[in-house]
Formats: sequence, structure tokens, C-alpha cells
Amino acid sequence: MPVPILKQGNVLIASIQAALHDRDLVQLQDDVAEQIGRFRTRGVIIDVMALDVLDSFATRTLRSIAYTAKLRGASTVVVGIQPDVAFAMVQLGLSLDGVATALDLEEGLAHLGGLVRQDVHRDR
Amino acid sequence: MFTVTDDLCISIDHEMDIVTARQKARELAIAVGFSSTDQTLIALAISEIARNIISYARCGKVTLRRVDEGARRGLLIIARDDGPGIADIELAMRDGYSTGKSLGVGLPGAKRVMDDFELMSSPGQGTTVTMRKWLR
Repeated sequence: MPVPILKQGNVLIASIQAALHDRDLVQLQDDVAEQIGRFRTRGVIIDVMALDVLDSFATRTLRSIAYTAKLRGASTVVVGIQPDVAFAMVQLGLSLDGVATALDLEEGLAHLGGLVRQDVHRDR
Repeated sequence: MFTVTDDLCISIDHEMDIVTARQKARELAIAVGFSSTDQTLIALAISEIARNIISYARCGKVTLRRVDEGARRGLLIIARDDGPGIADIELAMRDGYSTGKSLGVGLPGAKRVMDDFELMSSPGQGTTVTMRKWLR
């Protein structure tokens, strides 16, 4: 099942559902890169709250999505990593180096809001 | 006293089977009585091992078995494929080493999160990973 992407202002919100398949993640990467251009998006939030496991493939693909988005001019925040999932990632040696994370959707939006405001300030 | 209950076999022929394998493993881990943290560690280890089957051997099989060994209870996981096998096991178990299809954390990572881990492989003979997690 493809990951639904919502557009909220100039932020894209992708809410990953449980039992995510590899191809859905790869599709998400393409969709995010394309929609950033179409909607002139400045921020991307990837909500992984529903995921009970983040394995090496998922971790690598999330990093790719964030780096691709950055090259397209948008900041990405991964939100909602559950405590057990975070613990298991650390034990296995998986990291999301260079990718911003936030506790939940609200914190993620606040993080992106701060970045956008900074940009506005810089423009003046 | 050594008791083995019925095996649960999952064919790994497609990337979607990775999800099935980790869901079944979690169900069994819940039945055995593992904590939610350990369930997640088991599901993650299976995900990595099953993905290796798809990436390197195309197809294979994951067997899940509930183990009661005296006072110890746990979960046995056997992942078997008839793929090309691994020439240098020591190298394959090294953190960060990969032949290019992954991050190189799967095998060493799975070993870290399980209690017992055994990798048997040689070129042309396929690969068998045997892992156990004991109930704490």
C-alpha cells in the first residue's frame, strides 16, 4: 500500500502505515522528491509512529529520502520513532545520522516552523 | 528434558515475505512471553536475516521454533538458503562490511541482539543462520 502524503501549507506529511513493504518506501522516496517540486515544499515530515520495526533497509531509505529532499531544497524531520524501535535500532547499530528527528508530529511541525521562520528572517 | 513444539516455516521468495516473517516471529515471541523490547529485537533480527536471503540468495526459508530446554524457554530461528554462500564468514560478520547491497549491519547486528548466533556457509553450499533468544 502506497504511503499517503498530505500537504499542509508548505509542508508535506507522509504517514507510514504498519507492515510497510520495501517497494512502498522506495515509492515514497520518488513521490516526495516529485511533490517537493510540484508544491514548492520547504519541509517534509515522515511519521513512522505506526512502525513496530525500523530495519537497515528502512533506515537507509529514510536517509535517502531526507538527503534527496535536501537537494531539492526541503528539510525533512522523521517523527514518531517508538521507544522499543529506537532501542532496537541502537542495539543493531542503525542510525539516522544527519536526519532531523522529533518526538511526534506536533514537535516535527514546530521544528520545521522554526526553520522556515529563520529563512524568512534571512531573506530580509 | 528437551521439548520441541511444531515448527513454523515461512518461505522467503519475495520482499513482502520479510514482513510476514517478522510478523509471525513477533506473534510467536508474544506467545513465548517475551517483553515488547525483546519482541522488537527479534523482529528486527529476522528482518535483517530474511532480507539477506532476498538480497543474496533470492529465495530461502525461515523456520521459527519455540524451545523449552529444562528451565529455559526461548525462540529458535533458522534461516536457510541455497544461494551462493559466503566465502569469508569472518569478513561478513564485520560491522560495516557489505558487498554493496546493504549497510553491512545485518549479520553482526543480528548477532548482537540475539543470545546465540551461528552462521554456517561456504561458496556454493548456501547459508544457514541459526539464532536463539532466551526468555529472561
